[in-house]
Amino acid sequence: MTSFAKPSINLKNAKRNALGLTWHDYEGAMSTLCAGCGHDSVSACMAKAFFELSIEPHRAVKISGIGCSSKTTAYFLNEAHGINTVHGRMPSVATGAAAANSGLTYIGVSGDGDSLSIGMGQFAHAMRRNVNMLYMLENNGVYGLTKGQFSASADVGSKSKKGEVNLAPPIDPVTLAMSLGATFVARAFSGDREQLVPLIKAGLKHNGFGLIDVISPCVSFNDHAGSTKSYAHTYKYYHKAVHADYVPMSKEIKTSYDAGSSVPVKLHDGGSIVLRKIDEDYDPYDRGAAYAQVVERAAKGEIVTGLLYVDETQEDMAATNKLASRPLNTMPYDELCPGNAELTALQNRYR
Amino acid sequence: MTKSVVNDFVIKLANVNGTGSSSANGLLMKSIFRMGVPVVGKNVFPSNIQGLPTWYEIRVTGEGYGARSGDVDIMVAMNANTYARDIAELRPGGVLIYDSTWPRQHVLSRSDVTVLGVPFAQMCNDAFAVARSRVLMKNMAYVGTVAALLDIDPDVIRGLVREMFVKKPKLIDLNMQAIALGYDYAKTNFECPLAMRVEPLDKTAGKIMIDGNTAAGLGCVYAGATVGAWYPITPSTSLMDAFKSWCEKFRIDPETGEHNYCIIQAEDELSAVGMVVGASWNGARSFTPTSGPGISLMSEFIGFAYYAEIPLVLFDVQRVGPSTGMPTRTQQCDVQLCAYASHGDTRHILLFPADPGECFTMAADAFDLAERYQAPVFVLSDIDIGMNDWMVDELTWDDARQPDRGKVLDVDQIKDLDKFYRYRDPDGDGVPYRTLPGTHPKGAYFTRGSGHNADGAYTENETEYQEVLDRLLRKWRGAAEHVPSPIVKSAKGGKARWGIIAYGSSDCAVLEACDTLAKDGLHLDYMRVRGFPFSDEIYDFVNAHDLVFVVEQNRDAQLRGLMMLETQIPRVKLESILHYSGEPLTSCFVHEHIKSCIRKEQSA
Ligand SMILES: Cc1ncc(C[n+]2csc(CCOP(=O)(O)OP(=O)(O)O)c2C)c(N)n1
Ligand code: SF4
Ligand SMILES: [Mg+2]
Repeated sequence: MTSFAKPSINLKNAKRNALGLTWHDYEGAMSTLCAGCGHDSVSACMAKAFFELSIEPHRAVKISGIGCSSKTTAYFLNEAHGINTVHGRMPSVATGAAAANSGLTYIGVSGDGDSLSIGMGQFAHAMRRNVNMLYMLENNGVYGLTKGQFSASADVGSKSKKGEVNLAPPIDPVTLAMSLGATFVARAFSGDREQLVPLIKAGLKHNGFGLIDVISPCVSFNDHAGSTKSYAHTYKYYHKAVHADYVPMSKEIKTSYDAGSSVPVKLHDGGSIVLRKIDEDYDPYDRGAAYAQVVERAAKGEIVTGLLYVDETQEDMAATNKLASRPLNTMPYDELCPGNAELTALQNRYR
Repeated sequence: MTKSVVNDFVIKLANVNGTGSSSANGLLMKSIFRMGVPVVGKNVFPSNIQGLPTWYEIRVTGEGYGARSGDVDIMVAMNANTYARDIAELRPGGVLIYDSTWPRQHVLSRSDVTVLGVPFAQMCNDAFAVARSRVLMKNMAYVGTVAALLDIDPDVIRGLVREMFVKKPKLIDLNMQAIALGYDYAKTNFECPLAMRVEPLDKTAGKIMIDGNTAAGLGCVYAGATVGAWYPITPSTSLMDAFKSWCEKFRIDPETGEHNYCIIQAEDELSAVGMVVGASWNGARSFTPTSGPGISLMSEFIGFAYYAEIPLVLFDVQRVGPSTGMPTRTQQCDVQLCAYASHGDTRHILLFPADPGECFTMAADAFDLAERYQAPVFVLSDIDIGMNDWMVDELTWDDARQPDRGKVLDVDQIKDLDKFYRYRDPDGDGVPYRTLPGTHPKGAYFTRGSGHNADGAYTENETEYQEVLDRLLRKWRGAAEHVPSPIVKSAKGGKARWGIIAYGSSDCAVLEACDTLAKDGLHLDYMRVRGFPFSDEIYDFVNAHDLVFVVEQNRDAQLRGLMMLETQIPRVKLESILHYSGEPLTSCFVHEHIKSCIRKEQSA
């Protein structure tokens, strides 16, 4: 995880958020990824989303697996704890961390190799548990860090840099997530910040597991002609179905959107996720219909993006486990240890 | 032919798995215990839900020994499929009790034992209408028969039955009736009691009968553990079951129903340990119970926790390997796996409880050690300790005890720092300071399993890398003085030439063998190792003797191997006594093997 300290810039006239912090306060170490790598754009969007939401950086927790994508937890939010775990196992660490303290904001960062091959089991089970976290799957169709092997998200017919053609059907994290009952399922493109930043904000505010599958091209190993995860290919075929943004409680929801297609989803914190249907036919509240649409359009080679499915009514892991409102890691010891008198009493049945 | 023995014999009960015999056998054992007579119970069961043979051994031991003796004095043969081997196991002069509902020619194959036939099936078929009751009540009927033959106090049995069915009072009469059937039959047809019988003593006051997994689960509650993650595997499952039931008793707010704990059944052991990594990193006391196959799967994460310095508590309730092995049989076969689990240079802290009492105390110690050393700590018990009821001293807790949470900086300490450096060693003990997520912006750092320097930054620089790796070794060595220290039992009558080293569930068999060897004129000192890294005492003990027998329940002499790797002890000073059949070690095995080694040496 190479990283260099960035030179600190004095931003006198920089814009400040509600906490009085500047965008700079949400930056991380200098990236060591290849110039032009999609993952760097995603990191910048993460920083921007946190800044705009005015979340204290140290109240966020960044967790990742292994891969170029997983390195990026070092490249935003310097003042947040980060943990680069082992390959494919970020979801379990995030699950345990969320159990220990449900009061922080959890971001998981992973790649298509990390999530769809070695870590497919953990990815699936974190969704089943509805762990309250935002899961960024930075999807480039290859294993970047091990130099360009096909990943499980590579499309049939997509060509590798060496000319090899992928024949195995891809695993689509979006339809997988829908089928497993994930409660916030989105797809985005690292090349479209206008779409991605609001989506991240909505995902961070969603209560439960939020997945954003971000097409994030690998310029070194998968950005050539014949690749279906290149910048050029994605620009050409991606299709915005539903725009989503987070609107805090304090702000009135402006009806600048076309009234018929804008529907706010109320959140626990009083704010809302506001959806704007760009594509009138798409229904992000109907899991079956949404699933069918995504599959149908994928068959035509179309990459449907936006907030594709959302369900704000499900209990998250903390609720299903009836976790106390105080975080477990702050429970005073004398409330946890029953003491000797209880110990003596409970042994009656063993005497 | 019959030896007259009071409070010193073994009853073995041969049953069919899934027929409800275990509660009957437990009742029998507990009745004897309630009469003030020490008992040892061993359940030998198959990896099966129903149908395969299962045995339960109850040793009645007025002397208070804790191991199997190796003898069988009374056999209750309830499984027609194993009659032949069950009968063969009885010592000459022993007593065979069998179900005489059907004629059994081969029970008469031995003329040197007393054969007592009781028509258990017939009696129960006549007395009970429901098919399932007929099967279950046969067990209670033999309890009655054995009680009459051994002079077990019927009032004690009655009291226990009432306790057993306190939540299902309707079953009390049914069970009492079955017990009476067997009891009356014996009283009418046989001379009761036998020469082998139970006489009340007062040697169980202040003792309890408990299994190690229940005690370990309780230890986790007392240690203040709040997050448990696991994947079911025999024989560790009942540890999490116990933790759960203790948490339901002590950790649910009666008003709000909120839980002060979180138990997650993971999708596999990789995930279970990952959850423990996440929860511990985030400042909750967290643990996972498993067995050998689980440790194999967890290895990558264990190395990560070692290198990134994250506390982990792992219970390895060992079972017979390799691979699936014999999953319901006991061994001490994961010692080296755990000592060096994971790739790269890794060394861990191990604790070896010898009985359920130590499962309780060492569970609590494990959390203190893990947080103090910011490292994985393994508690290595086994099926024998984990799943059998052992007689141990009542558990006690020092209410003044506070958990050792290790070097965790709080918000004020962080504020006072110029800058926080995760892996520096300001105290010179090899243990760095850590911070928890969410505390303060200045406390943030990046945790990584890739090369890092003392400041916590990424590095591939050889000096920086080695500095951290060398400190990790110093830190680990420092733990030698803080793991539970060895316990030495010196031979009577001055300096002994020979010593014995053992650990874990071998303890009781070795203690008894020391007594019986002494009767043969062979006096040995005994050291029980309770933790790893080894302290100097172990080296000194070996040096003080000509030869030391290392008793273990595995094929490859795993502890002896560790001793040779980790100390300067010469190989020739350590002689292995190895037992790896999967059945709990007997005192007789230890006695005979040590004796023959010494005799060989003396005649050479
Ligand atoms: C257990 C294990 N096996 C293999 C590797 C090697 N490895 C590192 S990253 C990686 C693939 C990463 O692919 P992806 O998650 O798509 O990330 P990207 O680099 O493409 O962003 C592999 C196979 C490893 N680190 N650990
Ligand atoms: S190899 Fe690919 S994924 Fe990795 S940093 Fe370079 S461009 Fe990004
Ligand atoms: Mg990839």
